[in-house]
Parts: sequence; C-alpha cells; structure tokens
Amino acid sequence: MASKVIHAIYTDDDLLLQAVKQVRDARYNIAEIYTPFPVHGLDKAMGLESTRLAIASFIYGLIGFAVAIIMMNYMMIEDWPQDIGGKPSFSFIQNSPAFVPIIFELTVFFAAHLMVITFYMRSKLWPFKTAENPDVRTTDDHFLMEIDVSNHNVEELSKFLYNTGALEIKLIEN
Amino acid sequence: MYTLSSRLKLTAIIFMIVGAIGLVYAFMAAPDTIEDVKEMLADDSHQDSEEDAVLENDIHLANPEHVEGDHLIAEENEGAGAHAEDAAHDNEHYEHLLHQLQNKPWAAVYVAAFFFFMIALGTLAFYAIQQAAQAGWSPVLFRVMDGITAYLLPGSIIMFILLALSGMHLNHLFIWMDPEVVAHDELIQNKTAYLNVPFLLIRAAIYIAGWNIFRYLMRRNSLRLDEATDDRLHKTNFKLAAGFLVFFLISESMMSWDWIMSIDPHWFSTLFGWYVFSSMIVSAVTMIALVTIYLKSRGYLEYVNDSHIHDLAKFMFGFSIFWTYLWFSQFMLIWYSNIPEEVTYFITRIEDYTLPFFGMVVMNFVFPVLLLMNSDYKRLNLFVIMAGIIILCGHYLDIFVMIMPSAVGESWFIGIPEISALLMFTGLFVFIVFSGLTKAPLLPKRNPFIKESKHFHY
Repeated sequence: MASKVIHAIYTDDDLLLQAVKQVRDARYNIAEIYTPFPVHGLDKAMGLESTRLAIASFIYGLIGFAVAIIMMNYMMIEDWPQDIGGKPSFSFIQNSPAFVPIIFELTVFFAAHLMVITFYMRSKLWPFKTAENPDVRTTDDHFLMEIDVSNHNVEELSKFLYNTGALEIKLIEN
Repeated sequence: MYTLSSRLKLTAIIFMIVGAIGLVYAFMAAPDTIEDVKEMLADDSHQDSEEDAVLENDIHLANPEHVEGDHLIAEENEGAGAHAEDAAHDNEHYEHLLHQLQNKPWAAVYVAAFFFFMIALGTLAFYAIQQAAQAGWSPVLFRVMDGITAYLLPGSIIMFILLALSGMHLNHLFIWMDPEVVAHDELIQNKTAYLNVPFLLIRAAIYIAGWNIFRYLMRRNSLRLDEATDDRLHKTNFKLAAGFLVFFLISESMMSWDWIMSIDPHWFSTLFGWYVFSSMIVSAVTMIALVTIYLKSRGYLEYVNDSHIHDLAKFMFGFSIFWTYLWFSQFMLIWYSNIPEEVTYFITRIEDYTLPFFGMVVMNFVFPVLLLMNSDYKRLNLFVIMAGIIILCGHYLDIFVMIMPSAVGESWFIGIPEISALLMFTGLFVFIVFSGLTKAPLLPKRNPFIKESKHFHY
C-alpha cells in the first residue's frame, strides 16, 4: 500500500528537540529521525525504549566465563592432567589462579564481540549494505524528521511543522 | 548549616564507651605469663564439650607445632638429646602463644585505628583528585569530603601513638622492634638501617605532618573562597591538590611498608603500596557515598541528586574491581612462582585465615560487581547502602588479614577485643566526622564548578 510521509528538515539540534516535543504533543507519529551526530536526549524526547544491549552483553560474558572454565577444566584437569612445573592439576580449584587470566579474557572477548555482532544484526548493518539515507545533507549538518501522514491533513501538518521551525518540508510518496 | 543531632551524638558516645569498656576487659583478660596461658588452655578444655576441646587443640596446639616444624625436625635429628629438649620446646611453644594472646587486643586496636584512619586519608586523596581533575560533578560533595577528612588529624595521631607505644615495647606487634629477635635474625639485621624505631617515628611524623598540612590548607582556602571576590584561591587549591597527590603517592607507599608490611619483616611485595591504596580509596568513596546518602535523607544536601550517587557508586564499583585486580595480581604472582621466602605469607593466610582471606574477595568483589553492575541499581540508595556496608566490612577484613597473621597468628578470632575496638573507633569516627560537618555550610558558595555540579545529571 502506498504510504505518504513528510520530511521536515531542521538545521539546529535544539530546534529539533523542541520540534520533537511539539510533534509528539500534537499526537503525530514520528517514523524516523536522521541526524549527523548523536543528539543528547533525543531518544528520551522521542520516547524510545532504552536499549537492552547491556543485558545481552552480560549474558554473553557469562557464556564466555562458562566456556573458559569448561575448556580449561577439560583440557588441564580431566583429559590429560600432566605435572607441568609442579602446578597442582588434581582439581580445578587447586590450579584455578593460573586459569583466571584466560577466564577473564574470554569473558571480555565474548561479551564484547558478541555484543557488537548483536548490535550490527539488530541495527541491520553490514558491508555492501545500501545506505538508507533520505537526504545526503543529514550526514553533514541537517536534521531530518520523517512523519507519517496516514490520515492526517497534509496541509495542516505542513503548516504545523513549519511553525515548529522546519526549514524545508517535503511530501514523499512511496 | 548542618547541626549534629543529639541522637547521633549520643549513639556515637555510647559506641565509644561500650568499645572502651570492651577493650579494657580485653587488655585485662590477656594473659601475663606462660602459666596464665596454660591455665587458660586447661580451663578451656575442661569447660568445653569434647568436640570443642579437639577444636581448641587444633587451633592452639597443632598449628604452632606445625609452624615450628623445622625446629622439631632439627631436634629429632639430634636423637638422644631430643627428649630433654622437649620440655624446653614446650615452654617455647607456650611463650609463642603468650605473645600471640598478648598481641590480640593491641592488634585489634591497631586494625580498627588504621581502618578508619585510612578512610580519612583516602577521602583526602579523592578530594585532591577531584580538585586537580577539575571535576564538574563533585563540588556539591566537597564539604562532605571535608567533613570525613576531619578525622585525619585525630586518626593519624592515634596511629602515631600506637606506633610509639610499640616502639616502647609495650607490645609485640612489630617483631623487628624487639632487640632480642633482631639479634638472632640476620634478615632483619640487614634491614635495620630502614627498620629502626627512631627512623620509623620520624618518617611517620613527616607523613602525618604532610597530609595534615595539605588538608588544613585546602580546607582553609576552600572556606576563604566562599567569602572571596575572585577565584585566586581556587587556583591555589588546584596547585595544592596536585602537590598533595605527588606527596601522597610517595608517602602512602612508604606508609604501607612502615605500618603494615613491616609487621611481617621477612616478607616484601612491590605492589603492596598500591594494594593498600586501592583498599583505602574504595573504602573512602564508599564512606563518602554513605555519608552523602545519610545527609541527603535528612534534607541537608539540596543539590545532590541520584546522578551524584550514581557517580559515587560507579567509583565504588570501579575501585572494587581495581582492588581485586591488585589483590589477585599480588596473590597470583606469588602463588605461581611459589618461592619459599615469599609464599609463606599466603600459606599462613590460606591455612589459618581461610574464611576471612577468601571471604573478603567475595565481599569486596563479587558483591559489588553483582549489586552495582546495573545502572539503575546505582541510583537506588538501598543498593548503594547495601553494597557500601558490605564493601566497608570487606575492607576491614582486608586490613585484618594484612595485620593479624603476623601479630596473633593462628590465635585469631573476631571476638570481644576486635568488636570493641571497631565499636570504639566507629563511635569516634562518627563523632568527629559529623562534628566536622557542622563547622561550615554544606554547599561551597563560589567554587567555579559549583553551578555545573548543582545541575549535574547523568
């Protein structure tokens, strides 16, 4: 189904934040906002849910922790418990200080890398991906707010956006 | 202006009195002669059930023999003469035990005194870091830190007095102070150029004078800045803070060798100074957080919000991990290479202090990591207080495990002497800190960063 959106372009992040507030107060639906840099407080103003990436990272860290312990326990204690320089390889706990550096590194490795990969997957980023940039200026110094027109009056909506300080207002049909 | 509530004052005084009474009892209950020790042991095994008696034997008898095992083996090798020397050896053993039991109340006072002194010193270091780093979030907390460092002067003087009393041979905390021990100990003889009582006291006097002068000047400038018309004194304080940090890092390191590491004069570790520092700074930040939360809950800190608490909690979290890192680095390097002259330090701790030694790692690392990892929890007073209390107890144990094994060996127990000493110093600390807080307004007036700090949010 063909849907209509309005692209409103702002040139100032403070103005943008204010506009976001007004647009939300007027109960229009913001589809997306493109900015050249992180605007502090934009997610709060838009009412976006906070990220759960940190929770995922914590779980990945636990997985790395477990992998390290199981690996070291299997290799050094169960499979071939050799006497290497007098280190006590009778049980895991006895030799555990020697394993801690590896446990630590693997925990960090899993937590960091899996989290980054999660981030790429969730935000759909990969090499050779076509950029979804509606207007090249938004990577430089312009801010773009995309608003669903759906069943609002286009005339009224553009007027409203003009009053919030938008520099350019475009109706896009796709 | 903060006014000391009479309830808090009364509580502090009660703590001090109860602690003092307990300590007097502990000093009186300590045995004076070998006969007393024998009597005590005999009494113990008569009164207690059989199980307890076995336990007592384990604690008091088996281990000293184990420690002195090399003597025993040497005697056995001599064969015929062995029996005659058994009695002498027995007395030697009781004398050893006598010294340990006599040391107990002293060591308890020493641990508690050092613990609270180190919180005050760590707070001063944290304050200087905030000044030198030109932190924008913390100026609303400066007067809280000032209040905690009010304990620095009395705390450091108490430490000095304790060292002087040890130097006067009133106790056996520092075995290198005992000329008889030194006469038979070549290792200590070679260290006497550094480890001798007059030099120790001179060094202690220099550290104490240095810290307190810096503290006095920074506090005075900060109060004068409130009344001043320009920011000149802020710059002076910036320079003072930077100078203090240089002096502090050197003096703190040496202080930890003098006051803690020298209790075990046969052992040395290069990262010991930082290890003590990490314990100091994390307890200090925790104390700042706890006092701030208390004052905030009484409505005295208008501009402190949960972002300030969040920042303090992040420091608690970070420094707890820093402490663990140094604890583990020291432990693992020595465990791994297992060189006999170094590893005895950890062998005595693991064998005789298993629970406190590993318990403190749980308290100082696992708890803070799990409680303070979540960003939302760091804003909840309840979580910060819970983690804070566990961290403070953990770092008391840390100092306990640093000092006790060389002072009282396997005769340790957290009983009347330890708890009374802790109570007494808690009372003293609370009394001095909260009286110190009443002496100046809790909000600095014209610190250049105060406005940023008031509006700080994270």
